[in-house]
Amino acid sequence: MIGFREDMMKSLFLTTVACAMLGTAAFADTIKVGVIGPFSGPFALQGKNFKAGIDAWLAVNGNKVGDDEIEIVYRDIPAADPAKSKALAQELVVREKVQYLAGFYFTPDAMAATPLLQQGNVPMVVMNAATSAIVTTSPYVVRTSFTTWQTTTPMATVARESGVSKVITLVSDYGPGIDAESAFKAAFEKDGGKVVEAIRMPLSTNDFSPLMQRVKDSGAEALFAFLPSGPPTLAFVKAYNDTGLKTAGIKFLATGDLTQESDLPALGEQATGLMTTFHYAVSHDSPENKAFVEAASKAIGNPAELSFPAVGAYDGMYVISKMIEATGGEQNADQAVEAVKGLTWTSPRGPVTIDPDSRHITQTIYLREVAKDGDHYINKEVKSFEKQGDPGLAHVKK
Amino acid sequence: MQTVLSVAIDALAYGMVLFVISIGLSITMGLMRVVNLAHGAFAMIGGYLASYAARDLGLGYAAALLIAVIGTIIIAIPLERFLYRRIYGAPELTQVLMTIGITFCIIGIANFVFGPTLKTIPLPETLRGATDVGFRTIATHRIFAIAIGAAIAVLLWCLVEKTSYGIRLRASVDNSAMAAALGVRTELVYAASFAIAVGLAALGGAVGAELLPVEPYYALRYMVTFLVVVSIGGSGSIGGALLASLLLGAIDTTGRYFAPEYGEFFFYLAVIVIVAVFPRGLAGRRA
Repeated sequence: MIGFREDMMKSLFLTTVACAMLGTAAFADTIKVGVIGPFSGPFALQGKNFKAGIDAWLAVNGNKVGDDEIEIVYRDIPAADPAKSKALAQELVVREKVQYLAGFYFTPDAMAATPLLQQGNVPMVVMNAATSAIVTTSPYVVRTSFTTWQTTTPMATVARESGVSKVITLVSDYGPGIDAESAFKAAFEKDGGKVVEAIRMPLSTNDFSPLMQRVKDSGAEALFAFLPSGPPTLAFVKAYNDTGLKTAGIKFLATGDLTQESDLPALGEQATGLMTTFHYAVSHDSPENKAFVEAASKAIGNPAELSFPAVGAYDGMYVISKMIEATGGEQNADQAVEAVKGLTWTSPRGPVTIDPDSRHITQTIYLREVAKDGDHYINKEVKSFEKQGDPGLAHVKK
Repeated sequence: MQTVLSVAIDALAYGMVLFVISIGLSITMGLMRVVNLAHGAFAMIGGYLASYAARDLGLGYAAALLIAVIGTIIIAIPLERFLYRRIYGAPELTQVLMTIGITFCIIGIANFVFGPTLKTIPLPETLRGATDVGFRTIATHRIFAIAIGAAIAVLLWCLVEKTSYGIRLRASVDNSAMAAALGVRTELVYAASFAIAVGLAALGGAVGAELLPVEPYYALRYMVTFLVVVSIGGSGSIGGALLASLLLGAIDTTGRYFAPEYGEFFFYLAVIVIVAVFPRGLAGRRA
C-alpha cells in the first residue's frame, strides 16, 4: 500500500518536471502587451472603445504573430492620475513582464509613464493622448491617434476659405483646450484672419448661455470651440442653437471631439450642419473601415457606442504586431521602434504613415458635417486634407 | 442695458433649475436631518426614467415627467424602509458613508442598465426651440423650468406652513419623541417627506436634463453644487433655498459673462463670504 503511494508520488513528480521542461523548451512565446486606459468611471466609454479596437484587431488578424502569441493585460485608470499611471506601468513592466505598453487616454498618464521606457526596454504605443509633447519625452514613444494641433489647424483654412475674417475662440481651460486655441490662432492669423477674443471656460461649466451672449456681443463672424467629448458638449451645442447664434448666422467651427459618434444620438437634430475637423469618422467610406466597423461593433456590443479611440487602438495593435514581427518576439525596444519608423499602411481612417522623425502618425484630416443618414446621425466627410503631420511639435517647449 | 437684462434672464433660468433639483435635498437635510449624498442619484434615476418613457416607450413629455417622479419614489420606498430608517438620528459620518455607498451602487447599476452614453429627454413641440422675449431669444424650455421652479416654491411653502401635514412634519422634526407621544405617527411623516424629497429630485433631474444631461456620473458630478445651494440657503428653508439658488445662479452667470477666465472663482468667493456672515445659511434656523 505504502509502496503504491510512493510510486504514485514519484510519477506525479516526474510528470510535473517533464511538464515544466516542456514549457521552457517550447518554441512559441507569449508576448504580453500592457494596456492602460479608463475602463471604469466617467470615461469608461472611451476605455471600452480601446478594448473594442484591440478585440477587433485580434478578431480580424488572430492573436498570433509568427509563432508568438499576443496576450493583452488591461489595467484600469478611471480618471487622469499620473502617479497611478506610473505605478501601473511599473507593475506591468516588472511583475507582468510586458514587452509593450499601450493605451493611455489622457496626456498626463502617458507623460508619467515615459521615463520608465528606456530602463524597462519597452516601447509605448499611445492610442489616444493628444498633446504634441508626448512623443518628445522618450525615443520609445509611437503614437497612432492624433494631436489637437493636427486636427485643429485645417479648420483655420476652412474658416478663411469660407470668407470668415473675425473669429472668437471658446476652449475648455486645460492642456488640450489651450493647444486648440493656440493652434487655431496660429493658423488663422497666418492666413490673415483675426481672433477677436479668446475665452477659456472652466471644465466644470454646465451653463453656456452667458458665453454665447458674449460671442454675440464680440462681433465675430464665427466661433471656434474645443471641448472634450462628454456631457458638456450637449449643453454647449444647445446653448448655441437656443441663444439664436445659429439663426444670426454666426458659424460654428470645432474639432471632432465635439461631435463624436457616441454623443450624436443625444445631440441629434441640434447638431445638424455643424462643421468639424477630425481624423476619423465611423462613417468613413472604405473597405478597410467597413471591415473594421463590423469587427469593432461586434466587440463593443452596441454599435452606437463606437467612437474614435477604437481606431487609435486598432492601428496601435497593427503597429505592435509589426514590432513583434521585426524583433522575432525578442524584447528589444530599439529594434522595435526602428522597425516601424516610416511604416505606411491603409488604416480604417485612410492612408497613414508613422513619421520617422517624430514617431507620430501622419494622416488625412477630414472636414465633416453632421448629417442625418437614415434614422441616425453621422459625421459626413465633405473635404479632406491629406498627409497632415503634427504642426504642434514646432511649438513644444524644449 | 440689453446685456444686463440678457444676463439676468440667463441667471434666473439657471437659478431656477438649481432650485428645482436642490430643494429636495434641503428637505432631507433640514427637516429630516439626513445628509443624503444619494440625492443626485435620485435625480439621475428620474432623468433616466423620463428619458426611457419618452424615447423608448414614445410617451408624451408630461407623462414622462409623471413616470419619472412616481417611478423614482417607488424605487426609493424600499431604500427608505430598509436603509434610511436606520440612519435617522445617526451621526453625520454614518449617514455620509451609507448614502455615498448607495450613490456608487446606483452609478454602477445605471452604467450597466443604460450604458455610459448621454441620454436625452425629447421635448414636445411647444417647448422646443427658442422664444423671442423682445430683446433676445431664450430657449422655451428654460421659461418652462422657471415656471416649474416658481410653482414648486409656492406649493411647498403652502404644504409645510399651511397644512396639518406641515404642522406634524415640523413637530416631528423639532421634537420627535414628544410628537410621537402626542399621537403623531412620526414614521409615516418621515416616509412621506422622504417620498416628497425624492420625487422633487426626480422632477428636477428630468426638467433640468437640458442643462445637466443625464449620464451615469450625473449622481456625483453635480452633487457639490446642490450641497452648496442647501448650505447657503439654510437647510430646511424653502425661501432660503430659492434665494440661494437665484443668488448663486446670478453670481455664477454674471461672472461667466464678464470674466470667464476666472472660472468658478466668484461662485466660491460668494459661498465663502455668505457662509462666513451667515453660518447657518441665509434663512437657517437655530438647531
